[in-house]
Amino acid sequence: MSVFVDETSRVIIQGFTGQHATFHAQDAIAHGTNVVGGVTPGKGGTTHLGLPVFDSVEEAVAATGANVTGIFAPPQVAVDALLEAIEAGVEVAVIIADGVPVHDMVRTKRYLTGRSTTIIGPNSPGIITPGRCKVGIMPAHIYTPGRVGVVSRSGTLNYEAVSQMGKLGLGQSTCVGIGGDPVNGVDFRTVLQAFEEDPETDAVVMIGEIGGPQEVEAARWAAEHMTKPVIGFVAGVSAPRGRRMGHAGAVIAGDSDTAQAKLDAMEELGLTVVRNPAEIGTTVARALERAGVRA
Amino acid sequence: MNIHEYQAKELLRAYGIPVPPGEVVYSDRAAARVAEEIGGNRWVVKAQIHAGGRGKAGGVRIASSREELRELTDRMIGSRLVTEQTGPEGRLVQRVLIERACRVDREWYLGMTVDRATQRVAVIASADGGVDIEEVARAHPERIHTEIVDPATGLLDFQCRKLAMAIGLQHRMAPFVRLLQRLYRLVCEKDALLAEINPLVETEDGDLLALDAKLSFDDHALFRHGDIAELRDFDEEDPKEVEAHGHGLSYVALDGQVGCIVNGAGLAMATMDAIVLHGARPANFLDVGGGASPEKVANAFRIVLEDPNVRVILVNIFAGINRCDWIAEGVVRATRSQEIEAPIVVRLAGTNVEEGRRILEESGLDLILAEDLDDGARKAVAALRAVEAGYEPVPQGVRA
Repeated sequence: MSVFVDETSRVIIQGFTGQHATFHAQDAIAHGTNVVGGVTPGKGGTTHLGLPVFDSVEEAVAATGANVTGIFAPPQVAVDALLEAIEAGVEVAVIIADGVPVHDMVRTKRYLTGRSTTIIGPNSPGIITPGRCKVGIMPAHIYTPGRVGVVSRSGTLNYEAVSQMGKLGLGQSTCVGIGGDPVNGVDFRTVLQAFEEDPETDAVVMIGEIGGPQEVEAARWAAEHMTKPVIGFVAGVSAPRGRRMGHAGAVIAGDSDTAQAKLDAMEELGLTVVRNPAEIGTTVARALERAGVRA
Repeated sequence: MNIHEYQAKELLRAYGIPVPPGEVVYSDRAAARVAEEIGGNRWVVKAQIHAGGRGKAGGVRIASSREELRELTDRMIGSRLVTEQTGPEGRLVQRVLIERACRVDREWYLGMTVDRATQRVAVIASADGGVDIEEVARAHPERIHTEIVDPATGLLDFQCRKLAMAIGLQHRMAPFVRLLQRLYRLVCEKDALLAEINPLVETEDGDLLALDAKLSFDDHALFRHGDIAELRDFDEEDPKEVEAHGHGLSYVALDGQVGCIVNGAGLAMATMDAIVLHGARPANFLDVGGGASPEKVANAFRIVLEDPNVRVILVNIFAGINRCDWIAEGVVRATRSQEIEAPIVVRLAGTNVEEGRRILEESGLDLILAEDLDDGARKAVAALRAVEAGYEPVPQGVRA
C-alpha cells in the first residue's frame, strides 16, 4: 500500500488560494491525487479549482473527511498552520516552507506528544507515491510507480536519485523528503520502518547530508530490524567544517556528523553505501539483484 | 547570526546575568574614560571580532596602568588579528571591549544549544571552563554534564541544581539556578541557537560572573526580533556571501577552481563531491534556490566569476519548481553581459528540459553540454585540465 499516502488519501491544501499552492494543487490533481478542498482563513465558503475552500482545518476535515494536508503557507506562519492541522487530527501533514524558526519546531514536536500526526518537513519537497498521490513541489513526471522507497533530506537530490533509477527502469513505491532543517518532523528511522512494513517496497534508498545524528541512528536501526536492502548516500564529503551548506541543518559541528563519518558508519553497520552521487541508480539495481528481487 | 561579545554581554546584562563592568570603545581616549568610570587598577582589553581563539592570538590583553591601557587599545584598534579561526588574512579589529579585571578562583563552562538528537534545548555544563570545550568533550566526555529541557515546562530548577552539583557549584546554588533560568529565558525569547558563557567565574567576593559570552541567533527568526537583527555586523561576514544572499542565492566560498551553479543544497553538495571524485576541487557552494529567474542565474555567474581562482564553471540544474528554459536564458544572458574566459559546462534536467537545451543550442555559444551529473563533473574537470595545460579553451561548440 506504499507509505503515508496513496490513492485513498483525502488531501487538503493549506494556503490553498495562493499562487504556488494553486499551481501545485493543479499538478497534484493531474497526477491523480484525491484533493478534496483547501483552507484559506477568511475565504471560507468560496470555491477554488472547483473545490471547496474552508476557514479552518477543523471545518475542512469535518466536511471532507480529509486525512492529509499540504501546507503551502510562508515560513513565518507555517507552524501555526501545522499546529492547526495536528489539532484537527490530520494523519499526515506536509510542510514545504524553507525558513521555519528552529524553536518553533522544538515546541511543535513537544505539542505532538500524545498526538499521532506524521509531520513531513519543514524545508521539504513533500511526498509522492507515483501515479497515486503527490503532496509537494517535486516534478511528478520523473517519478514512475515501482518497488523502491526513497527517503532524503534534499529535494533535488531526491530527483537526481529517481532520475538515475528511472534510466534503469526502476520505479518507486513512495518518495519522502524529510527536509533540510535541524529540527524536523518524521526522521529517517521512522520512514525506514514504514518502508520495512510496506509490502509494496522491496528496497530503500536513504539520502542524507552532513550535520546531525539521524542518518547513523537510522542505519543502526536498519541493521537490527530490516530485512530489505538499504542503500545509503550522504552528500557533502567535500564540505568544509563549520560552514552552513544552504540547508539550515547542513553544517558539520563534530567529528561524527561529517559525510565521511556517516558513510563509514553506515558501511560498518552493513548497509550498501554509495560514495559517488552519480552511482545511486546502478547501486540500487545491483542491490536488488543481490537480494533476488526485481523492482 | 553571530554577534560581538560586547553585544552579547549587553543582552546578558539586560536579562539580569552578571557581567564584568565595562564598555566597548573605538579609541584609546575613550578607553581611558571608561577606565575612569568603571574604576579599578587593572583592565582587560578585548578585541571585538566574531572569530574565536582571540586569547592565544594576542587579542585579549591586561593593562596595569592608564598609559598601558591607552597604548594597548591604540595598538589593537586598526590591527588585523589572526586567530586559528580567521584564516591567514586575519580580521580587522575596529573596536575593543574595556573591562575591569577581576581575580578569579575557578572557571566553569556553560552552554545552551538546540540538540539535534533530542530535538530540544540542551543545557551543558562543565567544571573545565575557559578552555576549548570540544577538546574536553573529546578527551573527557565524563566531564561534560547535560540536561535536556522539556519545552512545555521550560528549564526546571532541579535540573539546574543537578548541574550545580555535577560541576562543584553547590556553594553558589541559588545564584547559579537564577543565572541558568535567565539564560534559558533569553535563549527562548530571542530565538538563540547557541548561548555560551565560557568561562563562568567566581570572583574573590563570591560573585558569579560571565567573563566571556557568545550568542548566535536563528536567521529565520530575525523577522520577529528587530532588536537582534540590528546587531548584525556585515564587516564580519564574507562580502560575497552577503551580496549573494541579497540576490536570494546561497553561496559559500571554497578553495578550488571549479565554479558551481546548482539548484538545491543537497544537489549542490553532491555536485561538489562529484568534482572531488574526478580529481579537482570546487571553488564554491552555490544554490540558486527554487523559481530561479534568468536574472538570478546571471547574478550567480557574476558572483562565481568574481573569484579569481575559478577556471571553469559547472552549471548543474535538476528543475522541479525551477524551469530549464529560464536557467538557459540566464546562462545566455550571463555570457552576453560579460566576457567569460572560463569554459562553461551545463547539465540540465527536469522541468522544460527540451526548451532549455534548444535555447542553449540556438545561442551559438561555446558551451559544453553534459548528459548527467557524472558526465558534467567529468567534463568540467577535463576542461580544467585543458585550461591548466595552457591550451586555448577548446571550442566545444554546442552539441546535444
